[in-house]
Amino acid sequence: MAGELTTQGYIKHHLTNASVGEGFWTWHVDTLAWSILLGLVFILSFRSVAKKATVGVPGKFQCFVEMIVEFVGQSVKDTFHGKNPLIAPLALTIFMWVLLMNTMDLIPVDFLPSLAQWIGGLMGYDPHDVYMKVVPTTDLNMTAALALGVFVLMIFYSIKIKGFGGFMKELYAHPFNTPWLYWFNFIIEVISLLAKPMSLALRLFGNLYAGELIFILIAGLIGVWQLPAHFIWAAFHLLVIPLQAFIFMMLTIVYLSLAHEDH
Amino acid sequence: MNLNATLLGEAIAFIFFVWFTMKYVWPVLNGAIEERQNKIAEGLAAGERAEKDLELAQHKVTEQLKDAKAQAADIIEQAKKRATQIVDEETTRGHEEREKIIAQGQAEVEAERNRAKEDLRQQVSVLAIAGAEKILERQIDAAAHSDILDKLVAEL
Repeated sequence: MAGELTTQGYIKHHLTNASVGEGFWTWHVDTLAWSILLGLVFILSFRSVAKKATVGVPGKFQCFVEMIVEFVGQSVKDTFHGKNPLIAPLALTIFMWVLLMNTMDLIPVDFLPSLAQWIGGLMGYDPHDVYMKVVPTTDLNMTAALALGVFVLMIFYSIKIKGFGGFMKELYAHPFNTPWLYWFNFIIEVISLLAKPMSLALRLFGNLYAGELIFILIAGLIGVWQLPAHFIWAAFHLLVIPLQAFIFMMLTIVYLSLAHEDH
Repeated sequence: MNLNATLLGEAIAFIFFVWFTMKYVWPVLNGAIEERQNKIAEGLAAGERAEKDLELAQHKVTEQLKDAKAQAADIIEQAKKRATQIVDEETTRGHEEREKIIAQGQAEVEAERNRAKEDLRQQVSVLAIAGAEKILERQIDAAAHSDILDKLVAEL
């Protein structure tokens, strides 16, 4: 099916993950590999700085890392007023990981897929059957995994701080505090609770997927004019990349701060 | 685009990364930052303190300088006074000394003259007697005529 060199085929090829397995047990190998690689880049580079961190005059890379740490720390301090040693590291991990994964969007759309196809060709595969999607955040599985992690923490801390009863009470007794409307409250609150991780996952996924799609469309449709168009879109996307990482981080902090609030 | 097992894999990776950051990255970096912030705050405070100290010291110095100048002026004034006093005293003393020496000298001269006069008188009386002797060509009893002689001497 993927043999023809039509524009449609090109776009479709770019939007397909390299996968292994069937049905639910399908693994998107490219998403997993790139995200874990970038996560390792994050934790190892930060760990190397942490190991050599001096209290005295810091080096340039230490300065850079400390800037990020302080920025995240400040965001957490401004929004989250409880005491929880998990929130700040969680926010930092989300911010840096999402930022790095989003940044993969700036690598020219054909560069890594073509490389993968070439290597696949050398290994005896049909190059058209070699798929490579390099931006992990354009995979809903990736963003949903992050959102799910945050959701689990929300539930966990809600129950831990308010007790199970308190958590349930928040669900059924919140907007209208009259027993005959509890069923209505419950529906609303459960929807709004579930909407939080959904919106987290879909916002990041949608933004990055759309951005990637525009790159692919520019590459696939307008020939040589793609050079300035790519530049313009990349410059615009330069704003989207850190913004989406920041929004994901901020909303995580806000949601967890709500989970810690006892009415 | 369907949700599949990738989600589980990513969730596990996510948990691992968060755990790693919480355990090995965040506390170290944040600790270093906070410690440095404390150090800088201390340094700034010390600087401010030093500045205040310096201002105080400068105040003290100008005050002491003023005091010292006043004292020096006082001392000079006193010294001048003392000097004129000494000069005055010495001048009067010198005058007195001169007067004394002059008076002494005059007294001595007077005494010398009196003595010479006496001598002269004695010698004149002797000469007069000798002359009279020669004129009278006879022995005059010196004792008998001493009253005349004395009268003569007194007249000289």
